[in-house]
Amino acid sequence: MPETENTTPSVESSPGVGMIQMEVVSKWYGNFQVLVNCSTKVDKGEVVVICGPSGSGKSTLIKVINGLEPFQEGVVTFDGTSVGDAATNLPMLRSRIGMVFQSFELFPHITITDNINLAQLKVLGRDENEATNRSMALLERVGLMDQKDKFPAQLSGGQQQRVAIARGLAMDPAAMLFDEPTSALDPEMINEVLDVMTELANDGMTMMVVTHEMGFAKRVADRVIFMDEGRIEEDCTKDEFFGGERGDRAQEFLSKILTH
Amino acid sequence: MEFSYNWDWSVLLCTVEDVEIGCIAPYFYWIVEGFGWTIAVASAAWVIAFSWGSFIGILRTLEAPIWLVVPFLKPSMKYKSSVIETGNGAVMINIGWFLHGFATVYVTIFRNIPLLVQMFLWYFVLPEVVSKEAGMWLKREMPLPEYWTAVACLGLYTASRVGEAVRAGINSITQGQHYAAMAIGLTRVQVYRCVLLPVAYRIIIPPLTSDFLGIFKNSSLALTIGVLELTAMTRQIDEYSYQTFEAFTAATVLYILVTAIVMFAMRIVEGRVAIPGMISLGAK
Ligand SMILES: Nc1ncnc2c1ncn2[C@@H]1O[C@H](COP(=O)(O)OP(=O)(O)OP(=O)(O)O)[C@@H](O)[C@H]1O
Ligand SMILES: [Mg+2]
Repeated sequence: MPETENTTPSVESSPGVGMIQMEVVSKWYGNFQVLVNCSTKVDKGEVVVICGPSGSGKSTLIKVINGLEPFQEGVVTFDGTSVGDAATNLPMLRSRIGMVFQSFELFPHITITDNINLAQLKVLGRDENEATNRSMALLERVGLMDQKDKFPAQLSGGQQQRVAIARGLAMDPAAMLFDEPTSALDPEMINEVLDVMTELANDGMTMMVVTHEMGFAKRVADRVIFMDEGRIEEDCTKDEFFGGERGDRAQEFLSKILTH
Repeated sequence: MEFSYNWDWSVLLCTVEDVEIGCIAPYFYWIVEGFGWTIAVASAAWVIAFSWGSFIGILRTLEAPIWLVVPFLKPSMKYKSSVIETGNGAVMINIGWFLHGFATVYVTIFRNIPLLVQMFLWYFVLPEVVSKEAGMWLKREMPLPEYWTAVACLGLYTASRVGEAVRAGINSITQGQHYAAMAIGLTRVQVYRCVLLPVAYRIIIPPLTSDFLGIFKNSSLALTIGVLELTAMTRQIDEYSYQTFEAFTAATVLYILVTAIVMFAMRIVEGRVAIPGMISLGAK
């Protein structure tokens, strides 16, 4: 099978055109509508936190961005490429978007190094040396150099999640998506993951982060999106959101998660 | 009536037609030869069962569309949902549902017809329903017609079982792993080859082992269409020498020996490929 070259000439995103753009996107599972007319835009270098009650469609929203879930109505573009277009090379598009999952999802049968190498070799066509050098640099960055030859199941949750972040970064992505990256972690491991993410945000990475870590949102986010029943109910700057200019539902949700 | 039987284990060692020690045929060579055919039938059939069965199993796990690019075809609006125009004179047709359906029908048919009936269908019925020349070829002209018919029959039957094991193995992998593999940019073929299959095959080593043992034991049915494998040879020794117990003991011991070796070997393989840290996959 021919390996696709991953060198789409990434036109310098002109200001005003979002890196990630959603226009009135709707999605149904059978008769059940998961996303209702969702529109938003994430500029290059922006960090957007998405929160909302369970089942409100947060995971679905970010899976739509890299085409992991199809949608029925609306337009989603990533760096100018339409995600829903049947002619779009989805694997190539996805290789430019890093994604981190709640349950880590490292590949259990290969070592930490091979986990980070895999897509570099198969998708980017890097040679073994080049890929391993990149992987080592990333493991160094997330502080896991000494774990490089272990298998995923031999690492703690926090360590696995940092490897998963490194795996995403190995593709030199234009954006990173996070789906509740810390909610499967014990409290003492949450910070080691949030620290890596904070550093990433400070380096200018474009990020969409589904999380209920409001401390992280306050420190790092540029904007906050609040979802409820498949709708984007709030989409405002961090200061507006935490400054009290939020709707009733968001208010109710916030008071719930901040008091327990 | 008293049961009288002349035990004579030495018949099993007859290597020449030596009348003096009671041999009228080289029974030892018969056993060796029969055993050789049994191994030959089982291993060739396993090659078919494993590769074809894997393919069938994989097809049954496909959900997303599979696009077949066909140049120079005008799509009719009726099939719009499974046809896309590419814009350069070709169309892409979704054949996913067809492949999936084919695999499902295959498994249903091959798993549900008794193996012996399948053996007869391949050997006695098929040559009659195809064209005369093809029938002739199947029955006589192809090399070793009984052998290859038995191999095809056992292989295609066992493929349906292997396919089910492969399907179960792949389906036991979480949706999250699919997502993660796709999210790093792997194509669908790469997702299967690099992520899903290596894990799935590890999980299904036990059922695959029993499928292999099944092929080995079921190969005895090949005698019904004239393959002189171990069981056939054993019966022949019985008919020639009347040493029924010795002959069938020899066959039984050989069958058990091979199955024991295979089980032992697969236990070692399983340990070797076990994923470190994952107890559920037999690491400890
Ligand atoms: N494959 C599916 N088939 C049918 N319904 C689904 C499917 N996946 C998700 N849903 C439904 O879609 C809705 C949104 O799910 P989603 O996972 O996006 O929510 P979420 O906001 O991420 O929730 P959580 O905070 O619990 O992760 C839920 O009601 C869920 O039950
Ligand atoms: Mg979710």
